Amino acid sequence: MAAKSHARRQTSPTNEPLYVRWLLVIVGLLFMALFIVLPVVAVFSEALRQGIGVYFQSLMQPDALSAIRLTLLVAVIAVPLNVVFGVAASWAIAKFEFKGKAFLTTLIDLPFSVSPVISGLVYVLLFGSGSVLGPWLRSYNIEILFAVPGIVLATIFVTFPFVARELIPLMQDQGSGDEEAALSLGASGWQTFWRVTLPNIKWGLLYGVLLCNARAMGEFGAVAVVSGKIRGQTTTMPLQVEMFYNEYQSTAAFALASLLALLALVTLVLKTALEWRFGDELAATGRGH
Amino acid sequence: MEVRVQNVRKEFDRFPALHDVSLDIKSGELIALLGPSGSGKTTLLRLIAGLERPTAGKIFFGQEDASEKSVQERNIGFVFQHYALFRHMTILENVSFGLEVRPRATRPSKAEIRRRALELLDLVQLSGLEKRYPSQLSGGQRQRVALARALAIEPGVLLLDEPFGALDAQVRRELRKWLREIHDRTGHTTVFVTHDQEEALELADRLCVMSQGKIEQVGTPDTVYDQPQSPFVFGFIGESSALPVNIERGDIWLGDRPIGISSPEASGAARLFFRPHDIELVEGDAALSGVVASSRRVGGTRRVELDIGGAARRVEIDLPFDHPAGERSQISFRPKRWKLFPPTDQPPLS
Repeated sequence: MAAKSHARRQTSPTNEPLYVRWLLVIVGLLFMALFIVLPVVAVFSEALRQGIGVYFQSLMQPDALSAIRLTLLVAVIAVPLNVVFGVAASWAIAKFEFKGKAFLTTLIDLPFSVSPVISGLVYVLLFGSGSVLGPWLRSYNIEILFAVPGIVLATIFVTFPFVARELIPLMQDQGSGDEEAALSLGASGWQTFWRVTLPNIKWGLLYGVLLCNARAMGEFGAVAVVSGKIRGQTTTMPLQVEMFYNEYQSTAAFALASLLALLALVTLVLKTALEWRFGDELAATGRGH
Repeated sequence: MEVRVQNVRKEFDRFPALHDVSLDIKSGELIALLGPSGSGKTTLLRLIAGLERPTAGKIFFGQEDASEKSVQERNIGFVFQHYALFRHMTILENVSFGLEVRPRATRPSKAEIRRRALELLDLVQLSGLEKRYPSQLSGGQRQRVALARALAIEPGVLLLDEPFGALDAQVRRELRKWLREIHDRTGHTTVFVTHDQEEALELADRLCVMSQGKIEQVGTPDTVYDQPQSPFVFGFIGESSALPVNIERGDIWLGDRPIGISSPEASGAARLFFRPHDIELVEGDAALSGVVASSRRVGGTRRVELDIGGAARRVEIDLPFDHPAGERSQISFRPKRWKLFPPTDQPPLS
């Protein structure tokens, strides 16, 4: 009796009985398998069903290659711009008090809360033939809609929140004490940013960039509206996947899809590797999760 | 360097934090800005540093008007309550930072910067820890690094914002003594903010007591303690009791009885302030007399709480812990040193 009550005391009050724990674990795993692992496996098995030769062949066809090139190009433009915007916006929000700050914070979240299709339609309204801007730009031979600039704009819009969302809580948490210290020691604003602020936020920034990049390459809805889907010119990878699929070229569709899935996996692995390798430093720079 | 604060006012979003404050800081002195939270002491320090801009008024460094100068141009050393060390830099890099960021023309050589940083780490007794990161140090060590970092730029004025506020009592006492030693050795004009009167009384050459955005009194610790100029200072520095009294023909009355002390002040209502240890026990009627409400021993003295008169006014007095009066249920005493202030509508400070 005494031994039993002693043993009981050793278990923490938040511990559940064994069967409950197992039940929860199994439910979790089943869900994961059904909704996450299975689709990924399906994509790869479908892509490789006719052998590795056909897989690479379908990736090498001009339409696929052009889609890959365009997606990379869009990401290369959109991600750095969003890094600059994101850092600037979170700097302003976290370190300064100004009128309309709450409004700006809400505005940054807008691309998350608006359906991507609507984001695309906004650009159609802004630059379409019925708008003021569209015909004016066209008179200078600048095409926005159904061309690469439109795709880049739509992608920037949709992926804007990733970097800022990552940095705002981090910078708010860190406060401006370090910056004030640097300034009091005689550093200029620029020196303070490069030597103090940036090192303090680098891991958060890297997370933001990874997520932003993954979304920039995978964005479908907004890009679909503005791209016009001109084969070989304005189709990004996700759009090309859909086109292949609709044309019953399922191997090509899944081959291209597998590349996107691979990108997602690489992002996840990088993120985990960063967490594992720099866990201490992440904790030290005040990143909670 | 001398610092002169001249009629400075500061508002945050129309909310006044400082009203028309003037203060002369002498070259080489160690002065404490002392006050409760919300008294404006940190705001005043940040204004001197240039981390805030005054709404009105001027701040002079020596003969020079520094009001329009940026924090970088003022050449001050600032030590923050929570250290604000750069966490991604080693201790040596932290201390060298102020020299490293100088423009090339005035920047010392790499070897010279290193030599000076190591010298400062020696001064703050942290030699051998230069390769560590801030997270690997204790709170007291971090604050010493912060001080070394501030001293590295050879500041004209050293400003410390609650430098020991985040440390435990033991470390705080040690660092206090140590800061005094460093000040005596380096001779920097030093301003530090604190809400801890004991710290201010022990460490500072002069105190500047602040309340609600105003300076209440400036003076040496002895002057401020022995001759408080306002009820606030009497209540805030050291311990005190206050009683509402009446002056009639030079005698001071509490309710319907004289209490055996007299004042040349004009007749009328007033408030009587005295300290628990500045009293003498007396026999007879002309005295303050009260019923013992509680009695506890604090170190070498006995602190007795007395209910005075019928209105349950409570005062505190100190007796030697072995004094026979400590056993009584009724005690009569007279304040030996006391001060009268005009009455207010507010309840007296206790």
